[in-house]
Amino acid sequence: MRKHLLTAMTALALSTLAYGQSDIEKGIDKYREMLADGNPAELFEMNGEELWKTARGPKNATLEKCDLGKGPGVVKGAFVELPRFFADTGRVQDLESRLLTCMETLQGFNAAELAKVSYNKGEMANIRDIATYVAGQSKGMRFAVPQNHASEKTMYEVGKRLFFARGGTHDFACATCHSEDGKRIRLQGLPNLTKNPGDGIGFAAWPAYRVGNGQMWTMQKRLNDCYRQQRFPEPKYGSDATVALSVYMGVNAKGAESIAPAIKR
Amino acid sequence: MKKTTQSVLAAACVAALMAGCSSTTMSSSADADRATAEVIKASFQNKGIAKLDRIAPEASNDLCSQADVAGKALDEKTAKAIEAANMAAIKWPSDGKYLGDWKRGEKVAQSGKGLTWRDKITRVNGGNCYNCHQIDPSFNSYGTLGPSLVGYGKLRGVTDPNSPAAQAVVKYTWGKIWNSRAYSACSNMPRAGTNGILTQNQVRDLVALLLDPNSPVNK
Repeated sequence: MRKHLLTAMTALALSTLAYGQSDIEKGIDKYREMLADGNPAELFEMNGEELWKTARGPKNATLEKCDLGKGPGVVKGAFVELPRFFADTGRVQDLESRLLTCMETLQGFNAAELAKVSYNKGEMANIRDIATYVAGQSKGMRFAVPQNHASEKTMYEVGKRLFFARGGTHDFACATCHSEDGKRIRLQGLPNLTKNPGDGIGFAAWPAYRVGNGQMWTMQKRLNDCYRQQRFPEPKYGSDATVALSVYMGVNAKGAESIAPAIKR
Repeated sequence: MKKTTQSVLAAACVAALMAGCSSTTMSSSADADRATAEVIKASFQNKGIAKLDRIAPEASNDLCSQADVAGKALDEKTAKAIEAANMAAIKWPSDGKYLGDWKRGEKVAQSGKGLTWRDKITRVNGGNCYNCHQIDPSFNSYGTLGPSLVGYGKLRGVTDPNSPAAQAVVKYTWGKIWNSRAYSACSNMPRAGTNGILTQNQVRDLVALLLDPNSPVNK
């Protein structure tokens, strides 16, 4: 199927060369429709569900008692209310940093060690799949990231400052590409993340399967690659900077419908 | 940058911080600034050639970011100080030669390579120009974050970029590519020369791409 999509993509890319700008936009939309036909993310979701329910780790336990914010074991609806403050860790956590906590407390893994594993490798591939499963259980629900606890409010303000922080060799901030409506980088449309960019756009679209490289990307990986392209040093996996940015984007996306796991070019 | 302009910028920073203490909401804003600094310190790590010094405080970036967070434009004095400091950081061509080869320039404009943590230090960097600008009108894969540059020289009345009449435009074009913030304090365009993204010869080739009458930009 992937080959089929790539061929379609190439054909579209070639055909758009001959047309004007509005036709380019139409071509992109058409291509997106074709992508929605079949989403390999389902395979990652299925594996994630299996991992959630399988006894693993030094303590040989499942994750079924993991508290994602709505009480131990409640998965449905948890994703659209993350990141949020957790009293047991005293931290605002996004889905992936929270999964690390559960894997440590319930299963006996060392969270700090897990966070150092390369993306798509070993336990990090498992976390990716579990995150995809958990997100998928909120598909069609609307984002309502909480702003009740003082730490949640602080993290929103920190996230906003990080969003506008220019740096790296190119002076890029997140805002350089994501603070205006209707802009593109090359042919890629850029969501305006300073507000609700719409259902299933921006924060409401990750985790997503990326056709271009055949990989399943979580929000942590999405942010990591944005910073790579910004020519910044690397944000640590699950770090407060990544969580704060997720709070900022998640709160801004209030009311947006989650389509995760989505499919992307 | 010159020492005088640096201290003007530093004074503007202090003024911005003082203004931040004038009311309770603003003082929680100062708290958030401090929290942000701590979060940045704890969250980022060196990787490959992308080291932590790349996100060290830098006066003109920090002032522009603060203005963006506040949602209002910089005051004119601060903006002028940033522009002056960046103007002073422009390196003009040592031999007075501003124009290179537009065909090579097109390649520089197309390439978005270089300087990420995956890249080697020896990699030839690209200009990333097409990511944001339309340039050769026959090429459709361009971004829209920056203005279209189609007809750049022609629209500015440049028929012979080597003529004395064209010198002001030629110099501006060089300066804008070398350090865009010399002309617009909080421009989103990377400071290709000052920040060591492109070499003198690459900038020459880009100036030619924009101003050579034979370049597709001006056809």
